[in-house]
Amino acid sequence: MTEFWVAALALTIFLYVILDGFDLGVGMLFPFIGSEAGRRHMLAAIAPVWDGNETWLVLNATILFGMFPVVYATLLSAFYVPLFLMLAALIFRGVAFEFRGKSTRMRQFWDAGFVVGSFVATFIQGVTIGALVHELPLQDGKYVGGPFGWASPFALLCGVGLWLGYMLLGAGWLTYKTTEDVQKFAFRLLPKLMFGVLAFLVVAFFSALYLHLPVMHRWIDRPLLFVFPLAGILACWLLFWSVSRRRELLPFLAGIGIFAAAMGTLAISFYPYMIPFSITVADAAAPYSSQVFFFWGAGLVALPLTLIYTLVVYFVFKGKTSVEPLSY
Amino acid sequence: MHITAILLSRIQFASTVSFHIIFPSFTVGLAAWLTMLEAMSLATGRPVYRRLSDFWRSVFAVAFGLGVVSGIVMAFQFGTNWSELSRRTGPIQGPLLGYEAFTAFAVEASFFGVMMFGRDRVPRWFYLFSCFMVAAGTTLSSFWIMVNNSWMQYPVGYKIGANGAFEPTNWSAILFSRVVWVRFPHMLLAAYLTSAFCIPAVGAWHMLRGQFKVEARTMMRMGLGLAAVLVPVQLLFGHLVGDYTHDLQPTKFAAIEARWHDEQPASEVVIAWPDVARERNDYAISIPYLGSLIGSMSFTSKEVGLTRWPRDQRPPVVIPFFTFRIMVGCGMLMLALAWYGTLQLARGPIEDQRWLLWSIFAAFPLGFIATLCGWYTAEVGRQPWAVYGQLKTVDAATPFLTSGQVATTLVLFAVVYSFIFLFGTVYIYRLLERGPVIAEQPPIGATNPKRPLSLADDLDPITGAVTAPAGRVRP
Repeated sequence: MTEFWVAALALTIFLYVILDGFDLGVGMLFPFIGSEAGRRHMLAAIAPVWDGNETWLVLNATILFGMFPVVYATLLSAFYVPLFLMLAALIFRGVAFEFRGKSTRMRQFWDAGFVVGSFVATFIQGVTIGALVHELPLQDGKYVGGPFGWASPFALLCGVGLWLGYMLLGAGWLTYKTTEDVQKFAFRLLPKLMFGVLAFLVVAFFSALYLHLPVMHRWIDRPLLFVFPLAGILACWLLFWSVSRRRELLPFLAGIGIFAAAMGTLAISFYPYMIPFSITVADAAAPYSSQVFFFWGAGLVALPLTLIYTLVVYFVFKGKTSVEPLSY
Repeated sequence: MHITAILLSRIQFASTVSFHIIFPSFTVGLAAWLTMLEAMSLATGRPVYRRLSDFWRSVFAVAFGLGVVSGIVMAFQFGTNWSELSRRTGPIQGPLLGYEAFTAFAVEASFFGVMMFGRDRVPRWFYLFSCFMVAAGTTLSSFWIMVNNSWMQYPVGYKIGANGAFEPTNWSAILFSRVVWVRFPHMLLAAYLTSAFCIPAVGAWHMLRGQFKVEARTMMRMGLGLAAVLVPVQLLFGHLVGDYTHDLQPTKFAAIEARWHDEQPASEVVIAWPDVARERNDYAISIPYLGSLIGSMSFTSKEVGLTRWPRDQRPPVVIPFFTFRIMVGCGMLMLALAWYGTLQLARGPIEDQRWLLWSIFAAFPLGFIATLCGWYTAEVGRQPWAVYGQLKTVDAATPFLTSGQVATTLVLFAVVYSFIFLFGTVYIYRLLERGPVIAEQPPIGATNPKRPLSLADDLDPITGAVTAPAGRVRP
């Protein structure tokens, strides 16, 4: 039963990262295109799906709370200020998204809110991952780091890395969903972003070596781990190749591949720890009676239903976004 | 008072949850109202029901959106500010609140979109069914919330496991606890009554302005008629909630009654100023015997007073004492208005009874005030416990939070929420002001079911001006 919920959690986190990742990425690319028509085109490409993407974040929190309450309690309280900032950024970004099309005088204000919200939310997610890799200051399973115990140069570096990563996904989505100027813009950016991501990974790798992060030991212990970086390298090559051939969907899929490889790498280097290297899955899991109770309704019915709905939405809105978007 | 992180966390939780509850308490009733309108329209074929259903659907969409947005923060706050609570009660509260989130998303996923955009695209019976499913979904959401909160009021079906965590041992005891099945109907009726007074208020408003007379009369007749039946039922359930409180949460009951010392037979304090420091009431007006009658249905029973418990186990008295009385006062006003209004409506046109129309219009906040006050009574009355008798609020908070951290997020969310609230209220106000004009169906793809705010597309949130597209005529 615990395995089921670990898998469900991994799946919902992965879905959140790639789905909200691309629309946050589009939000960050937004200021780099000059024309109003281009901007509307970009917004129209994510309009039908962005807030559906965010529901996965709430489901992540929900599964953590019910099935791994110790992790929920420890992580959310340790990341107190950044988490609230992220929520405020996401809410503000959503409101800005709705309102920019309805106002003329305040458009620049809403645009700024949309862009800044995207950058802040992404940065905090990256910092969270970085802080977990770097290890949170915990003693006997209790967080002892104070308000800024999560902040380390390494974590901040990961925040920047995720900026690049989400922008890569965003650009990939744009080559698939848009045409003409915006698509050209995205094709132009993709190789640069890819180099940026690779540069980040190299820097992160060597800083991890330099900092003697315990995560590195697990790599020496488990050589099988190298399967994931290898798959990642393959996905990078696929991305370069598909951009040079001007394939429209493939860059986005390659981007997903890169994220899958990265998540697989992290998951296997953490496992069986949920908060490395203090709290394991077994430490954190809720009692069997909680897991079973949640399984029959949420795991077996509601989760698949939400998955199917997500697929239906993406199917309904497949194909190119029209250049003259309807309500914006 | 010393400003501690815990005090600020409590203020933060209270203000975000108070802000949030406004919207669900409105939309739960509205969803049922829309279902009823749709059924009436199908049964009678009268166009007025169709016009009303189109009108209230757009209001529902905006209120629903605001409820979802303001609810997101709630999903995180247990972990951020109340990490000890979530660590220890997560095995029970987590799945219950998880079911709430999953229910909301699954219903939203399947039927909300049909309700918003499917009017002309699905058979009418299926449309009615979708409305019903949305109403059932919002009701089910409130059920999970009430199960969870009732467990905090009266914890059952658990054992204390390792590290002090509450482990569920009997889910049916949790789901079918006696407390759940009086508090859940009490909350559901509160939501229905909130809508049942907002709807006639909008009718009265338009009638006062001399427009949409048919619709206005229908709104008043249906809303007040429903309230005339439901307010007495609500009073009954309120009494049952009082009964369980008397038996299972005696400290809360004594605080509501402002009863400091054991009394036999007990009198009922109607109104007073409770003096906590001196453990007595100033300026009290009391009725002898009534306290025993209310508490135990007898004229001789002994009723317990707060001084039985040490001070650190007593709830605050002033807040539950007054919020309870405000809630009951709202209930009495609602009863009078519902009965009198229904009677007048049955006797004929009320267009010239301006003062009655003004009263119905002015009554729109009664349901909100009563609901909020009821929650304040329940939650403040539970103190100093987070889980009654088991886990104190001071032990439930995140131990290492500093008041600076909480103050920062409190200000941040005060700003964000006021902002959303301001724009949301302007939206709803403009929609209500426009009245039940014939609206066009939005083209599919122009908006999507998960973005209800985008339905109010022709309202400029900055100027608040209604830009009427061609074909839409304002009377």
